[in-house]
This record gives sequence, C-alpha cells and structure tokens, in this order.
Amino acid sequence: MNDKPLRIEDGSVSFGSIEVFHHLSLEISRGEFVAVVGPSGCGKTTLLNLFSGFLKPSSGNVLCSGRVRTVYQEDSLLPWQTAAQNIAMGLRELSDTERKRQLAEMLRLINLEEFAGHYPHQLSGGMRQRVELARALAGTSDILLLDEPFSSLDYLTRLRLRRELARMLEELPRTVVLVTHDIEEAAQLADRILVLTDRPARICREVQVALPRPRELTHPVVVKTVHAILAEFGLEQDKA
Amino acid sequence: MTEIPIPSRARLLPFLVLFVAIAVWSALWLLQVFPPSVFPSPLAVARGLGEEVRTGRLPGDLVASLFRVTTGFMLAVVLGVPVGLWLGHHVRSRFALLPAINFFRSLSPLAWIPFAILWFGIGDLPAVFLIFMACFFPVIVATMAAVASIPSVYFRVARDYGFRGLELLTKVTLPAIAPQVITSLRVTAGLAWLVVVAAEMIAGRDGLGFAIWDARNGLRMDLLVAGMIVIGVIGVVIDRVLMRLTKISSVRWGYER
Repeated sequence: MNDKPLRIEDGSVSFGSIEVFHHLSLEISRGEFVAVVGPSGCGKTTLLNLFSGFLKPSSGNVLCSGRVRTVYQEDSLLPWQTAAQNIAMGLRELSDTERKRQLAEMLRLINLEEFAGHYPHQLSGGMRQRVELARALAGTSDILLLDEPFSSLDYLTRLRLRRELARMLEELPRTVVLVTHDIEEAAQLADRILVLTDRPARICREVQVALPRPRELTHPVVVKTVHAILAEFGLEQDKA
Repeated sequence: MTEIPIPSRARLLPFLVLFVAIAVWSALWLLQVFPPSVFPSPLAVARGLGEEVRTGRLPGDLVASLFRVTTGFMLAVVLGVPVGLWLGHHVRSRFALLPAINFFRSLSPLAWIPFAILWFGIGDLPAVFLIFMACFFPVIVATMAAVASIPSVYFRVARDYGFRGLELLTKVTLPAIAPQVITSLRVTAGLAWLVVVAAEMIAGRDGLGFAIWDARNGLRMDLLVAGMIVIGVIGVVIDRVLMRLTKISSVRWGYER
C-alpha cells in the first residue's frame, strides 16, 4: 500500500505564456484531508485537474495511486437521472443486490431516502450537493477531489453540509483534496491547509489543524487557523 | 418552472373560440361580403365533409398524406440525427459542412418540385423526397447544436464513472440532447405537414393537397374548405402526439428548469 497516494514532484504547468505552477512539489498522505486556499485564478482547480489526470504537467511528475472521484464546482448531476440513479453511477461495478443495498445505505447517509426518485431539478441546491457527495463516495474509490463543492450554497446550508461531509468521511474514509476560497471551510474540515500565492503559484504557508472532526466553527483552534490564513493574505494583523 | 394546473372551465375556452369563429364565418356569409360562389357557408362545408367521408375519398387521401409525411419525416430523423451527432462532436467536419447544410436548409423544398417530378414521377416518391429535403437539414442542425451545447462537465463525469463508447452515447449524449431534439422534431413535423400539401397539389394524384387542388378545379369551394379544415386539425394532432414526448420523465428537466 502506498502511504502517499497523491504526489507532485517538481511539477510545472503553463498555458501558453501563462505559467500556473512553477516547480511545485507536494505530497498527500493516505486518509489525509488537505484543503487548498488561494486567490481566485491562482490555479487551485488546475491542481485538481493534475491529480485527476485530466491535465498533464508541462514538466515534472504527478503520481496518483488509487481510484479518484471528483465533485465539480458546477452542477454535474446528470439531469435526466433521478437522485438514486445518479448515486448508482458510483456503484456500477457491483452486483444488482449489492448495488441496491449500498444505494439504500448512501441514501440513508445523506437523509434523502424520500427523494430517491426525484430528478435533480426537483431538489434544492443543498440536496443536490448531498447527492453529488454521495455519488462520489459510493462504491470503492480512494481519493476524493472537491472543487469548491459548496460555493453556490447559502451560508447556513454550507455550514450544514460541512458537518455532513465530516460525518460521511467518518463512515467512508478517503484521502481528500478540497479546493476552496472559503477559509472557514478549510479550517473547519482540513487536517492540513495549503495557502497558495498568485500565479505562478507556490505554497506560501502550510497550516496543520490537529483537531478531530466534526469541529465547531467557533472552536478556538478553528478561529486561530482562520486568523492565521487571513493574516497570510494580509487581511488581518498577525498578532503572533 | 412548474406547470400551472388549468381549471376545468378554462379548458372549454378553445371551444368557445371555435364557436365564435364559426359565428363570424356565418355572419360574413349571410352578409354576402364575398360572392357565395367563392365563399361557402359552414353548413355547406359540413355537408361536403360528410360527403367526402361517405365516399371514402377523405380517409383515402388522409392515409396517403400521412404515409408520405411519416416516411419522409422518419427518413430525415433516422439519417439526420446521426449526422448531427457526428458533426456536433467533430469541429473540423462541422466547419467544412455547415455552410453547405445551411445552403440546403435555406432552400425552399418547393424549389425541388420540378426535379422531384422529373426524377420520381407522380405519386408517393416525389412527396416523400420533398418532405425529406424539408426535414433532413433542420434535424441535422438542431441535433448538432444540441450536442455542441452539452456542458462538458457531463462528459467529465461520464469519464470519471467509466462510461465509454456506445454506453456514453446512450447514457449521456442522447439523453442530454433529447429535450432540444424533441422540440426541433415538433417544428420539423409541422414543416413536413406544410410541404406534403404543396407537393401533392403539383405532384400527386391523391392526398389532401391533391384533394384541395381538385376541389378548386371543380369549383367545389365547400370541399376545398373541408380539406383545409382536415389539414389544420391533423397538424394540431401531430403536434399533440409529439408533445407527449416532452412529458417523458427523463426529458422533463429540459423544459422545467
């Protein structure tokens, strides 16, 4: 078993004359939850595209061992399939009876048993995002890539879904990379937060958060982490 | 958008409109706004319609026209949708062929009538050919545009979950374009129904178009209007039938959001 399932070794990415990453190195351990924050347009999504294999680095190596699932920023549930059918996409390799059992289990996990037969357009934004999470976590994947999964939701729904994600990962542990511009979200969920600079992005700070999930938003450690990151962006005075 | 339920009394409104139309028609006839020889009364038309049904001519014409429309339309769909799928996925081919397709799409199918008669004579074939020419190119363009507008994230999801080849086509591409294609089929079927009348007027010996033309030549304005009414009613029925497709649960997303 590889204990560093995600690795970038001296990776550079350029689109024409725009250099997104310049000799970036990064390792993520098995079961670790890493959040990536940074200014918009700095290449956070590009980082996920490297891990998912959708994009190849211009130079350097990207190593990704394990089955990857992604939750995208935009609505990516197939609108012609019901919530249950969308989740079942993640269970395709299973036998019929096993698929049915696990599907029921996933629907229970996201509390949407009653909405199994509803189509995405009949669900609220929060429900849709829960279905997306369930689809990505269904079956036997190892790595979960989250690309600003809650950015289109209202504040309270976002808080609720953070809790739910933490609970789901407790039952179905994965190696997670969360890209977000929401610093609170990163502080509340991640074991390690990587702060990226503007293009060409480098990791300007790593913050470890040693606190079990689920975490209260107002827990001193979470507040301290948020402060540290805001200070890094020059948005708060660094008291330390 | 969810459908607003229509109260049952409101459902009678179209019949009220029909009643008013017949009343206005009767008034125009009574006032002799046009000479009676070129403006039949509603009663005369109803009698004419009855006569056509009794002699079996109307059912025969109806079947002939419907057969031509169905054949030409189905041929256009069966060939046009795959071509549209292919062009939707291949930018280079689209770039090469789109001007030619738009050329033929803009060309009135009626302009093909002389060739239709010279190549296929009189009867079913020229009408089927003209209907095909009217529908084939719009179906291609609609399918192609629908494919090109599928959000790329659906294909990324499909790739993540291992959909490939035929499964990708049947589980992702076709359901994604279905709402747009169904809408275009409704428009195109209407077009086919317009063209069959014109085609039969010139290149037919039966069919509703020919019946109208024959009535005009025989100065039977009552039969002419009877034919017009049947054509209009069938047009509405065809659209209704195709509209049923939009009620299929897996395509409703395309009309409701």
